[in-house]
Amino acid sequence: MPDLAITVNGEPRTVPGPATLDDLLHGLGLDARTVVVEHNRRIVRRPKLGETPLAPGDAVELVHFVGGG
Amino acid sequence: MTGILPASEPALEVPLEIGGRSFRSRLMVGTGKYRSNGEMVRAIEASGAEIVTVAVRRVDLDRSKDESILHHLPADHYFLLANTAGCYSADEAVRYARLAREAGFNDFVKLEVIGDRETLLPDVDGLLAAARELVRDGFRVLAYSNDDLITALRLEDAGCAAVMPLASPIGSGLGLLNPYSIRTIKRRLSVPVVVDAGVGTASDACVTMEQGVDGILMNTALAEARDPVTMAWAMRRAVEAGRAAFLAGRMPRREVAVPSSPAKGMLE
Repeated sequence: MPDLAITVNGEPRTVPGPATLDDLLHGLGLDARTVVVEHNRRIVRRPKLGETPLAPGDAVELVHFVGGG
Repeated sequence: MTGILPASEPALEVPLEIGGRSFRSRLMVGTGKYRSNGEMVRAIEASGAEIVTVAVRRVDLDRSKDESILHHLPADHYFLLANTAGCYSADEAVRYARLAREAGFNDFVKLEVIGDRETLLPDVDGLLAAARELVRDGFRVLAYSNDDLITALRLEDAGCAAVMPLASPIGSGLGLLNPYSIRTIKRRLSVPVVVDAGVGTASDACVTMEQGVDGILMNTALAEARDPVTMAWAMRRAVEAGRAAFLAGRMPRREVAVPSSPAKGMLE
């Protein structure tokens, strides 16, 4: 499967396909326990990350808590 | 320090209840803009706050710094209250709230829908729409509001767990600009009223609590103080003092003097 051109946090990225959201997090060195994942505007819960495949053109948002008032 | 109040401090022991949760401290603090995480942690500790606000933002994928606030705030020690700061529409705020809830700590959210970049004053239409949507979705909503009674009443009607009128604009440090509005909101609402934003120093916090409100949320007053830890210490006591003074009931204001010493018994 060819590389997948996706958007992560607003930036274009290429990941080797096939890949799941879990693979994406691993590739970025992120711990799924400290990140919330939104895939094409839908929140994906942690247990589902490994069974959610990425497709070309997907938009992924990875967020966490930062300081705020 | 020994208390000035009677040892039991009965009035102060009444916990603050919001959305079915009970809190001892009436001071809530933010986690933004501190010069260092160490200083933030020490200030929060000195404040005695249990409710601590956090914001939802994109992870920095360059990982030049991994700055999840959770590395510094033990989630079993504080009640993390996520905000929707920076959101300018109801849809955006709802999206942020849902992402925050997914982090898995609680279903409380400090709802902000901002209407203007210069003043950061709330967009009332967006705020009400988002509040209704989030309440429908099972959130406990604490709504950052302007100090308008009608807005506050509508937020209560929408099912908000607390209404959070501003003392003055976010980050302004201008203190309590309209005590009458805040008193009126407190008098008319059944849900807790927590003043959010604008408190600049301890006297502001004390005067605000003297209006009878249930609590105060602040961030910049601590983070931008020259010494945040000492300011947090002062704020904790100011909130307690203001609360106690409110419960004690102040003397009437008079336009004339009334002597404190007996008029009787003066020498001829």
